[in-house]
Amino acid sequence: MVPTAYYLVLAAMLFSIGIAAFLIKRNVITIFISIELMLNAVNLTFVAFAHMWHQVSGQIFVFFVMVVAAAEAAVGLAIIISIYRTRQTMNVDELDLMKS
Amino acid sequence: MQLALFIIFGALALGGALNLLFQRHPIHSALSLVVVMMSLAVLYWSLGAEFLAAAQVIVYSGAIMVLFIFVIMLLNAGKEERTKGSRAAYAVGIPGAAAIFCLLSFVFLSERGALKSSNIGGDLGNGLDNIAEVSAMLFTRQLLPFEVTSILILVAILGAVVLARKEQ
Amino acid sequence: MNPMPASTIWFIPLLPFAGFLINGTLGRRLPRAVVSAVALLFTAAPAAIVAWLWVTMRAVGAPDAIEVVNRPWIAISGFHANFAFTVDRLTLIMLAVVTGVGFLIHIYSVGYMAHEEGYWRFFAYLNLFMFFMLVLVLAANFLLLFVGWEGVGLCSYLLIGFYFKKKSAADAGKKAFIVNRIGDFGFLLAMFLLIVHFDNLDFSQIFATIAQNPQWQAQGAHFLPAICLLLLLGAAGKSAQIPLYIWLPDAMEGPTPVSALIHAATMVTAGVYMVARCHVLFNSSPLALSVVAIIGAATAIFAASIGMVQHDIKRVLAYSTISQLGYMFMACGVGAYAAGIFHLLTHAFFKALLFLAAGSVVHALSGEQDMRKMGGLRTRTPTTFWCMSAGVFAIAGIPPFAGFFSKDEILYRTFTSPNPLHIALWLVGLLTAGMTSFYMFRLWFKTFFGEPRVDPHASAHHSIHESPWFMLLPLVVLALLSVVGGWVGVPAAMFGSNHIERFLDPVFTNGTAAEAVAATTGHALELVLTLVSVLVAVAGFTIAYVFYYEKPGTADALAERNSRAYAVVKNKYWVDEFYNAFLITPLLMFTRGILEIVVERGVVNGSGQAAGAATRGLAWIERKQISGNIRSYAGWLAIGAAAVIAVMIFGSSMWGTR
Repeated sequence: MVPTAYYLVLAAMLFSIGIAAFLIKRNVITIFISIELMLNAVNLTFVAFAHMWHQVSGQIFVFFVMVVAAAEAAVGLAIIISIYRTRQTMNVDELDLMKS
Repeated sequence: MQLALFIIFGALALGGALNLLFQRHPIHSALSLVVVMMSLAVLYWSLGAEFLAAAQVIVYSGAIMVLFIFVIMLLNAGKEERTKGSRAAYAVGIPGAAAIFCLLSFVFLSERGALKSSNIGGDLGNGLDNIAEVSAMLFTRQLLPFEVTSILILVAILGAVVLARKEQ
Repeated sequence: MNPMPASTIWFIPLLPFAGFLINGTLGRRLPRAVVSAVALLFTAAPAAIVAWLWVTMRAVGAPDAIEVVNRPWIAISGFHANFAFTVDRLTLIMLAVVTGVGFLIHIYSVGYMAHEEGYWRFFAYLNLFMFFMLVLVLAANFLLLFVGWEGVGLCSYLLIGFYFKKKSAADAGKKAFIVNRIGDFGFLLAMFLLIVHFDNLDFSQIFATIAQNPQWQAQGAHFLPAICLLLLLGAAGKSAQIPLYIWLPDAMEGPTPVSALIHAATMVTAGVYMVARCHVLFNSSPLALSVVAIIGAATAIFAASIGMVQHDIKRVLAYSTISQLGYMFMACGVGAYAAGIFHLLTHAFFKALLFLAAGSVVHALSGEQDMRKMGGLRTRTPTTFWCMSAGVFAIAGIPPFAGFFSKDEILYRTFTSPNPLHIALWLVGLLTAGMTSFYMFRLWFKTFFGEPRVDPHASAHHSIHESPWFMLLPLVVLALLSVVGGWVGVPAAMFGSNHIERFLDPVFTNGTAAEAVAATTGHALELVLTLVSVLVAVAGFTIAYVFYYEKPGTADALAERNSRAYAVVKNKYWVDEFYNAFLITPLLMFTRGILEIVVERGVVNGSGQAAGAATRGLAWIERKQISGNIRSYAGWLAIGAAAVIAVMIFGSSMWGTR
């Protein structure tokens, strides 16, 4: 009999760790990985609420999130490959063409 | 028992996330994420979402994370150096992240009463099992989004192919 | 026989206003003859209506007062003010003065301003002045009177500064307007107090309320003297009494017809009219009446002393006006309102005459105004000489001319008034009468007699000639009036039946009746006092004769022997300099300090610079933020997300959606 709040707090923890990783890491792939972590945290929230309110739409939403995350991961990694090919770097600090 | 399950696999998930944060090689971070996903799958199962638990293992950690590892190995990403990056990220971002965590947990914990309790593996109360329910919703009411996602995946494949192609 | 006087009364002020509109808008393009015709017509018509009004209201069975109300002006709960005119006997006299003398002066101006540019502007302003002055005398409540009050001040400014290209004229106009404004401030405060205590600004209502509450005077209610003193401040500004008389001598920068009309006959008498109209109010406060009398007497002698040593012919007349207005105030201050109005009437005649004749003299000498450069004009401009003589004799108080009767009435009533200072006031009045006689005859001798001291350059340009008949006709009419005008007020002691006093009795029924006083003191006292004042006037004449005709140069010798006293009087007691140093300069420094330093530099410039600096600062922040670094963007995202979550959690309690 775990209170739903505990699941939600766990999800919040995972989410903030994901943000922290996003901010701290320099490798662009690791940043992507942290994004995936954030998405997973959100998925956990949805599933917890779906369970709490006995509705299946929360789980449907998680399904769609997974699909979109897959697509996004594919395209993003392709972009990273392309960047690596042109700029020979995976350090996100060196990708600053928009600097004013 | 659910409590024990929750604590073990919750701690595992947290540990994996922290490991992701503190490891320097991207491959270690990716593998930590796989651990996180597996633990989350167990948590999904404990919340009665069996289909999602399976999908998490098969799709998320089995396909997406494998893709990540392929790319890491393809690009031969090495250990990260400690270069000076952006000050704003640390100065503003870490407090922001901490603030988000504090706010969210404040809300969740203060609404503990309204959020009720979970019972392990409980179904959604319709007598059907989880897969039947999910598919009933997915193929009837959410049919259009379902079909659109297949097109989305098609587009993603095409995009990935185009973007990652070697220049002639 | 009696066709609707009510609606015709509205035409009295509106016709000059129409003249102003026509001359003001089209006058520039119209030929001078048309402009003159318009102005004269729209001034003659009200004069005709007033004459007809006199006939109807003097007829048997006519009402004592007519009140016409057109439409309400302010109608809110607790306070009403209407556009309402009232015509009673006091109004009739004032109307006659304003329209009659005004019409004559309009005729005079046609000749005087014939060679000036801005002809149409002059007549437009004159007509506008007539409109406002008529509104002032016809008004049935304080608010409408104040409209006229302010309007005549405006016209005075416009007309004094008529030669606006001359700096001294523009400055004089400003000075007149500003000093008037100070008086108007007092008037406004008095109106506010009236609203507070009476909920009303109608004359009839307020006076009825005061009459019904005699206990206010017995209990010493403070608001009544306060209202009266504030009204007196307004009157002092408008009628050039101490301490606000300083604008009138400078107002001589305007054309002479303006000085005659506005600063002799009509506008400056508005203060006296107002005090007379509010006699019920003033009677309820003996303190205020004493103050009025004291100020009147003090102004009279003060101005007369300055007028004795002036060299500009118009300045002498200006100070003489201030002095005579002091007489009128003194009369009202001792309760002799009818005598004050009588003097107002005769003063209008002879002062306007004096100014117009002076204008004729100046015109003859092609602009020379310094009396030291005049002389011997008796033979060169005879008509002007005879007319001016009538005026001089009238103002000096020589019987049987007009000024004698009115001035004498004032002196007699002052002597016999119950005011504790009556002897002192009478003495001051007597002395002033002597000084008046002296300086007026000084003017007379210096201008018309003796060897011509005229500057040869000036006369070569344009030989000394009599004025055209346009200018002489009003002079002759006014001279006749100066001779016979006093005969309406011959007191019982001299076998007359004081017409004007009894004419105004229904208006001033609260004032001490002259008949009652005469019954107690008898005619002998009056005759003795009359004799004394005539002797004083003759003494003034004699001194002037000796100084300026027989032995010219005596005055200069006397001035040199008492050089310090002479310097004081010559410099007008340094009042202007005193005001400048102690009031104007600190005020200017203070306001310039605030406006220039605080407002101009601080607020206006500062806000512009602050806007620029703020924009620059924001841009600097933004430039720092847009670094091209993904991680810094992520950092800002995180903090932004935290902010949004915080607002959503805690803000909804503020919006009430929880």
